[in-house]
Amino acid sequence: MAFLEFKNVRVAGLAAGVPANIVSNLSAEIQVSEGEYSNDDFVKTTGVYERRFSEHHTTSDLCYEAAEQLMADLQWRKDEIDALIFVSQNTDYFLPATACILQDRLGLPKECYAEDIVLGCSGWVYGLSTTAALLQGGYIKKALLMCGDAKRHFPTNDPLFGFAGTITALEYQVGAKSFQFHFGTDGSGYDSIIIPEGGARNPISFDGFKEEEIDGHVYNRFQTRMKGMDVFAFGISTAPKSVKKLAEHFGFDYQTADYFVFHQANMKMNKMIIKKLKLDETKVPSSMYHFGNTSSASIPLTIVTQLKGKIEHQPTKFICCGFGVGLSWGSVSFETDNIIISDLVECK
Amino acid sequence: MELNEFIENFANQFDDTDASEFTATTRFHELDEWSSLTALSIIAMVDEEFDVTLKGDDVRNATTIEDLFNTVKSKL
Repeated sequence: MAFLEFKNVRVAGLAAGVPANIVSNLSAEIQVSEGEYSNDDFVKTTGVYERRFSEHHTTSDLCYEAAEQLMADLQWRKDEIDALIFVSQNTDYFLPATACILQDRLGLPKECYAEDIVLGCSGWVYGLSTTAALLQGGYIKKALLMCGDAKRHFPTNDPLFGFAGTITALEYQVGAKSFQFHFGTDGSGYDSIIIPEGGARNPISFDGFKEEEIDGHVYNRFQTRMKGMDVFAFGISTAPKSVKKLAEHFGFDYQTADYFVFHQANMKMNKMIIKKLKLDETKVPSSMYHFGNTSSASIPLTIVTQLKGKIEHQPTKFICCGFGVGLSWGSVSFETDNIIISDLVECK
Repeated sequence: MELNEFIENFANQFDDTDASEFTATTRFHELDEWSSLTALSIIAMVDEEFDVTLKGDDVRNATTIEDLFNTVKSKL
């Protein structure tokens, strides 16, 4: 039973970096499917009207800019930061870990704990638990959790996915309210969302560049392919169950949360989740319309873009749930108070 | 669960196809309005109305609406 609780840790601030370049899914140059459905129908179902896209910003570039902004807004000195966790499925290189590159680029101390975590849609919740676990003992006082996905290892301009890199700043504080988590994994669905070639299991081959058509989309074997129906069925059943288990295990009524921030999968999926949990829609912010599905960035990006100016100065209870590629999922309940939310960082 | 009720729920997921086109023997993959997007509506309807989680292959392997009805029934 993967339930976890960490005390004496608080969220100090949040920031998000996105490419300045906006791509509309209704623009004439974009064809969202090979004739299977129209751009209008795609936007109506997924809720993704536009998204941020760039051919030169990697995930770490977006995280770097957002981290500089947030550290300035928080007035954190770089030599105070003892840990950096980078969560992404689009690292700068296959090796070394991107967290090491970011330690140097940001000018963080050499006495710094740094690691990558390779997860997608569930990644922010996993990263939050890893970071909170590092901080709770009080040895490490301040840490940066970086989550996102941007430029892919193989160029892809998928209409569902937007690029973003986010920073969640966490710090040790005696007496801070606890973070409560529930996690789950079902690796039997490993090929529901997968890049089949280029890793050690299926090394790079010339055949991998050949294009195949799957469910109306054309891919080579270095691009992410998704079994849309399986992922949809997984999301609408697993996310509500995970939130209910979290509330049941820790003995609270989940309806008392001020905000529910879910991974921004697609609008149809998220509407079903809201309906199944019987939530008040005004408590469920969304960033899908303007930013698309941003993988592990989606929860913090939604808080930054939708809740800035509303929550900084009052105690605010959150329930968040990330779910997807793996298959992997996690839910968290936590409270923020007196936090800093940076303006959205638009990277040129 | 009745077949008629299932067909009605199935038909409700379509905007542009006349309700009279939906019968037990309708080969739904051949409908103009069928796409991987309408498939999501069917999965959502089955989850909501019957509390059954369909797999993509369940939808892919069913030819008629009655086939899918039988798959759902076998999972109840």
